[in-house]
Amino acid sequence: MRDRPQIFAGLLIFVGLFTFPLWYGHAGKTSLAAPDIKLPAQDKAKQCVAPLNYMRNSHMQLLVNWREEVVRQDQRQFTAYTGKVYDKSLTRTCLTQCHTNKAEFCDRCHRYAGVSGPYCWDCHIDTKLTARSTP
Amino acid sequence: MKITRKDFLRLSGLGLLAVAGKKAVRAITEAAPSASTPKKTKQWGMVIDLAKCRQEAGCTDCIKACNTAHNIPQIADPAREIKWIWNQPFETVFPLLKTDYTKQAYTGHPITVLCNHCANPPCVRVCPTQATWKRDEDGIVMMDWHRCIGCRYCMAACPYGSRSFNWQDPRLAIASFNPDFPTRTKGVVEKCNFCEERLARGKRPACVEACPEKTIVFGDLLDPDSEPRQLLRTRFSLQREPELGTSPSVYYLV
Repeated sequence: MRDRPQIFAGLLIFVGLFTFPLWYGHAGKTSLAAPDIKLPAQDKAKQCVAPLNYMRNSHMQLLVNWREEVVRQDQRQFTAYTGKVYDKSLTRTCLTQCHTNKAEFCDRCHRYAGVSGPYCWDCHIDTKLTARSTP
Repeated sequence: MKITRKDFLRLSGLGLLAVAGKKAVRAITEAAPSASTPKKTKQWGMVIDLAKCRQEAGCTDCIKACNTAHNIPQIADPAREIKWIWNQPFETVFPLLKTDYTKQAYTGHPITVLCNHCANPPCVRVCPTQATWKRDEDGIVMMDWHRCIGCRYCMAACPYGSRSFNWQDPRLAIASFNPDFPTRTKGVVEKCNFCEERLARGKRPACVEACPEKTIVFGDLLDPDSEPRQLLRTRFSLQREPELGTSPSVYYLV
């Protein structure tokens, strides 16, 4: 056991490197705190097309279903769990009626969660964009 | 009660036969109605009156209306431009009708062309992802830009040049956005959709509405009393290159 110092030093370096992401997170203050998103006004939040938990976990699935139904089946109306009927439109329903602050709501949370997509906005229009005048 | 082995086998055989027979009968009766395809109830079509259009030489109201309604980028380079509805010289629209005198007659009077929403669309046949398909209910040749992989087979197949490919980000060439319609993205093909998003709201296509002279008439070609059918009954009309067998839904009155 004459190599004991080298073995323990090596182990120590290994453990340090292995747990590096944890240290780095603490040092860089990129902690586990929730993303700083700006929620829509309370009265509007209660009118979402689906309950909060469902939207938080499965909004992408809902949007994919909408896309499929509107484009391929020509079914454009969505009856929410509250009984209210909405147009299946990302720009005209989600963004115009409720989440007028895409940058502070959608984008912030996606950035926090490391969602590199979604490419919805390559085509669908953020209403804030419409004012752009210079091509 | 006593039953012999022979009787037992006979009875079970009969029972099995009865079950098989019932299944066969059910399969035949149920297959018959599902085999027939859903009946087409509508075929949207368009009639463009060339004589009326000729009186308004230089008018591009229909084209402008479409460009704004659908966020169509304005790219000057003909190799990259995006077109849904546009003007083209007579000889290229009706190549078989070209005579020594047509050039003279139609100089300064181009023909307005758009996707023909063919009854037998070659673009649909070649699309490998079914990103373009013919809608059963109303005959519109639809496009799903989510699904388009940009292979451009449809562009090669379309004999009318109705499809354009986005070689660049189209947003850079759009002056102002219409939030009611999405833009497209680099790498997808696009074309006229007969304003299906407006039809869904009970409106007529943008080009039809924009024409001050009511040159473009839109309606259901399967309804004998519709406006286009009335015109087609009373006037001489042309389709673009009907010899190709695509059966266009856009007609020209001469």
